[in-house]
Amino acid sequence: MAGEIIIKADKIDKFYGDFKALDAVSVTVCQGQRLVVCGPSGSGKSTLIRCFNGLESHDAGRLTVQGVELYDGSPNIRALRQNVGMVFQQFNLFPHLTVLENLTIGPIKVRKLSKAVAVDTARKYLDRVHIPEQADKFPAQLSGGQQQRVAIARSLCMEPAVMLFDEPTSSLDPEMIGEVLDVMVELAGTGMTMVVVTHEMGFARKVADTMVFMEQGRIVETSPPEVFFTNPTSARARLFLDQILEH
Amino acid sequence: MTARPMTVNRFLNQRPVAVVLYVAVVGLICWSSYTGAQQMGYNWQWYQVPKYLFTFTDDGFQWGEIMVGLVATIWLSVTSFVLATVLGLLVALLRLSGLVMGTVVSVGFLEIIRNIPLLVLLYLFYYVLGPVFGLDRWTASVLTLGVFHAALVSEIFRAGINAVAKGQWEAADSIGMSRAQAYRWIVLPQSVRFMLPPLTGEMVALIKSSAIVSVIAVAELTTVGRNIISDTFMSFEIWFTVAAVYLVITVILSIGVSRLEKRYAVNQ
Repeated sequence: MAGEIIIKADKIDKFYGDFKALDAVSVTVCQGQRLVVCGPSGSGKSTLIRCFNGLESHDAGRLTVQGVELYDGSPNIRALRQNVGMVFQQFNLFPHLTVLENLTIGPIKVRKLSKAVAVDTARKYLDRVHIPEQADKFPAQLSGGQQQRVAIARSLCMEPAVMLFDEPTSSLDPEMIGEVLDVMVELAGTGMTMVVVTHEMGFARKVADTMVFMEQGRIVETSPPEVFFTNPTSARARLFLDQILEH
Repeated sequence: MTARPMTVNRFLNQRPVAVVLYVAVVGLICWSSYTGAQQMGYNWQWYQVPKYLFTFTDDGFQWGEIMVGLVATIWLSVTSFVLATVLGLLVALLRLSGLVMGTVVSVGFLEIIRNIPLLVLLYLFYYVLGPVFGLDRWTASVLTLGVFHAALVSEIFRAGINAVAKGQWEAADSIGMSRAQAYRWIVLPQSVRFMLPPLTGEMVALIKSSAIVSVIAVAELTTVGRNIISDTFMSFEIWFTVAAVYLVITVILSIGVSRLEKRYAVNQ
């Protein structure tokens, strides 16, 4: 597991006005690692993961991604984002482009690949997320689960070194959650480095090799899933698991 | 269905009643202007009007003065609108750039232009900036109309750009797009849908306000109309005709764009 370090956060802080969203958070993500971040809402999980690709900038501490330091206005941020895939809770597909165009616009405009190469790659990843037949539709014509799978494929088309998932199933109807999680499990099987913010504990148990539990902007516990789910060291994590696994 | 009480509104909205009302109102207007003109002894000469639209002579078909004026109006409006669009987009982008300087410059431009009457702006361009920079009538007119409408167009652009969901910017960012690329490929194509209706309104407004350049004698539709009247004294016929010509082109424009809107709506 201990491959090359991809993301390293060292005591990062983040403020929204007076509210401290992240409080001295330190975490390391290595090549091939699959980190699942959980915790109650408002605990800073999304803020943390959004810092990892510079959608939010931290106010203190050091954050490096693939050895490059990130800070507000850092000039390397665009190059870096090409290597960090992001999947959003609300999909954020481009509604004016077809599925195929959603997948190829990044490679063509940003990576400057030829259209033919980009289309080949796009079709490969559409196969990977099991919706090759939807290539020419517009996002609005797809179900939520299909849209989220397109969003995953869109990120993969940039051939990123790490994939970030920000509550990827939270805005889906229950019957569509499974198809998205399946794709993510398969992705984990390919050895992709993943950081996932989710409440899906079944998925976490199956895929994670490290569980991170956050509360009030702090990382309360970092442990392997065997320990986390059976015998969490912190009382707060235990309470959270009781509440979430009760049903 | 249960019978609802017959309110005044419901009564007036019944189709036969509405038609009768419409005919009555239009008839009243026509009749009163006709009798009014009779009383002042106005000498109607409608038969004189067609030759100002077009003529058949030995040389064949020729456009009349009014149509030549119309072409000038259209040319003036299109040129000014292009200038207004380019300038408006620049001002909007400056405003949205997040730079303090950009906001100051764009808001300053907006407030100054919006709070000067169009006529005064035209005088400023023609009588003040004209001699300084050697602008002819036509250039001064295009600049006046372009700058005046750029202020309004920039607000349309700003609203349209802001109407695109924030998540679209984040998605564009997350695949490594630059700000310019995000505008070009993601945000602007989506905001067109929001901008098209108010932009058409602005184009119609521009065509109408272009009549004001007749005060510096640019040979467009309104000036032509005035010249014909000073030769023939047919003020009623010519002003009716000129108004009808403006109406026809603005209506055509509105219909064309509502078609375009439908096409965009299907694509979304």
